[in-house]
Amino acid sequence: MANGLYSERVMKHFRKPHNLGKMKDPDGVGKIGNRRCGDVMWIYIRVKANRIADIRFQTLGCAAAIASSSILTDMAKGKSLEGAIKITSKGLAGELGGLPPVKLHCSVLAADALAEAIYDYYKRRKKPVPKGLQKRHDTLKERGESH
Amino acid sequence: MIYLDHAATTPVAKEVLKAMEPYFSQMYGNASSLHSPGQEARKAMEEARESVAKLINADPDEIVFTSGGTESDNLAINGAGFHVFARFRKEGKKPHIITSRIEHPAILETCRHLEGIGFEVTYLKVDKEGMVDPKELEKAIKKTTILASIMHANNEIGTIEPIGEIAKVCRKHLVLFHTDAVQTFGKLPIDVKKLGIDLLSASGHKLYGPKGVGCLYVRRGVKLAPQAHGGGHEKGIRSGTENIAGIVGFGKACELAMGDMKKESSRLENLRKRLVREVLKMPNSRLNGHPTKRLPGNANFTFDFIEGESLLLRLDSRGIAASTGSACSTKKLAPSHVLTAIGLKVEETHGSLRLTLGRQTKGKDIDFTIKAIREEVEALRKMSPLKR
Ligand SMILES: Cc1ncc(COP(=O)(O)O)c(C=O)c1O
Repeated sequence: MANGLYSERVMKHFRKPHNLGKMKDPDGVGKIGNRRCGDVMWIYIRVKANRIADIRFQTLGCAAAIASSSILTDMAKGKSLEGAIKITSKGLAGELGGLPPVKLHCSVLAADALAEAIYDYYKRRKKPVPKGLQKRHDTLKERGESH
Repeated sequence: MIYLDHAATTPVAKEVLKAMEPYFSQMYGNASSLHSPGQEARKAMEEARESVAKLINADPDEIVFTSGGTESDNLAINGAGFHVFARFRKEGKKPHIITSRIEHPAILETCRHLEGIGFEVTYLKVDKEGMVDPKELEKAIKKTTILASIMHANNEIGTIEPIGEIAKVCRKHLVLFHTDAVQTFGKLPIDVKKLGIDLLSASGHKLYGPKGVGCLYVRRGVKLAPQAHGGGHEKGIRSGTENIAGIVGFGKACELAMGDMKKESSRLENLRKRLVREVLKMPNSRLNGHPTKRLPGNANFTFDFIEGESLLLRLDSRGIAASTGSACSTKKLAPSHVLTAIGLKVEETHGSLRLTLGRQTKGKDIDFTIKAIREEVEALRKMSPLKR
């Protein structure tokens, strides 16, 4: 059921999030957000043959943050790393049937958290990090959103 | 639905609705008209005025009907302010108003507006339980102070302010004292004469009356500049054809409150105590506001490692209506000014939940709510990366 503020799809993912919970021995972890501004998201990925074989999340945040994390895991699962990096906040919000304007930053956090998890994977494997991803990571670090 | 948001609004009591009904299309007279239908309306309005006055030991001619708490607050602050503004200006001085940091926006925004046009305002700090210190208020008084406005009880954290002491301080220094009693009117005993209150705001919809009606108590002799100019209704302070049906409903609501105040407030207090005791058994949870000097039906919690909006929506799915001071739940994404004023860190305001009990709240509702809060907080903490 939609609730006036949120779409039906947001409420569905909020009530029954997909791929929720910690992952044991992940290949990469992305940690985004801070408690002061509200939401904290951690994304765990397992990579096999350059694809996201498994993905899980833990989120402390509002319904939009939880739903954004949940839809992100659905969209990223099975994608190649190159494809997964291309998931945008707009794409997430669209899949959720839209987010209220003040909540759009939640979808930005989710997309960034996945990028950070992939960055972490490259680093752990000592693989060269694609240029765009390195830049994105540096910006997030600068803004104090990556942890 | 288990409705635990009575600080936001209350359902209209059936007796109130019944009393109002004839005043829409049967007894529709204008209280200013001299003919019988007009006089019938006037009589109903004056009877309501008596019921309202009686609730706070005021005289009926000291009650000015308004459109609710917000208008009453505006009328008190602006009315007192503009009554002296021209004279102060001529003398090259700024009228000074004292209020607190935890007032309702109806007070704070009015004060901020006045600051912008040449008033001076002091916003008093409160302690970590939300108490205003009358001594601090006294220290803030200066020669130019015209008015102090301190709420009777806070709508978010429920803390009851020492308005008797504050009124005394104000009287001693010849400063007008206004109190926003929207949350206590009809819930706690108020005697404006004994307390020494000059101005008091109340609202119908917080005490099982209709929305869009309220009153300002104006002690006899206190002069206010009119804020709605026109036909001279309500002793010229607030012009406009009176909302007879609303006023009749408000009067009836006051009558009902007068009858059950004592019993109801102790019943609510017991339910709230049980709620607080059981909920605080959860680790990493705290009560906001004063532990004992608080509105009987108000509980305000902070839960670490969760977001208030998520908790509110999960409780809503289980049929419980509550509220939160989390920034995430507001359009401006700003945390509650009350929670930050009592010293909560921004991250703590995110995990706040307010439950306000009322007439329909039963013991079994509280038991169900305790269980639901425990389960939902636990579920959200499991989702959180920060909670181990
Ligand atoms: C303390 C306080 N003051 C003022 C108001 C405003 O009252 P109303 O809704 O009648 O304008 C409220 C209610 O929202 C309140 O809780």
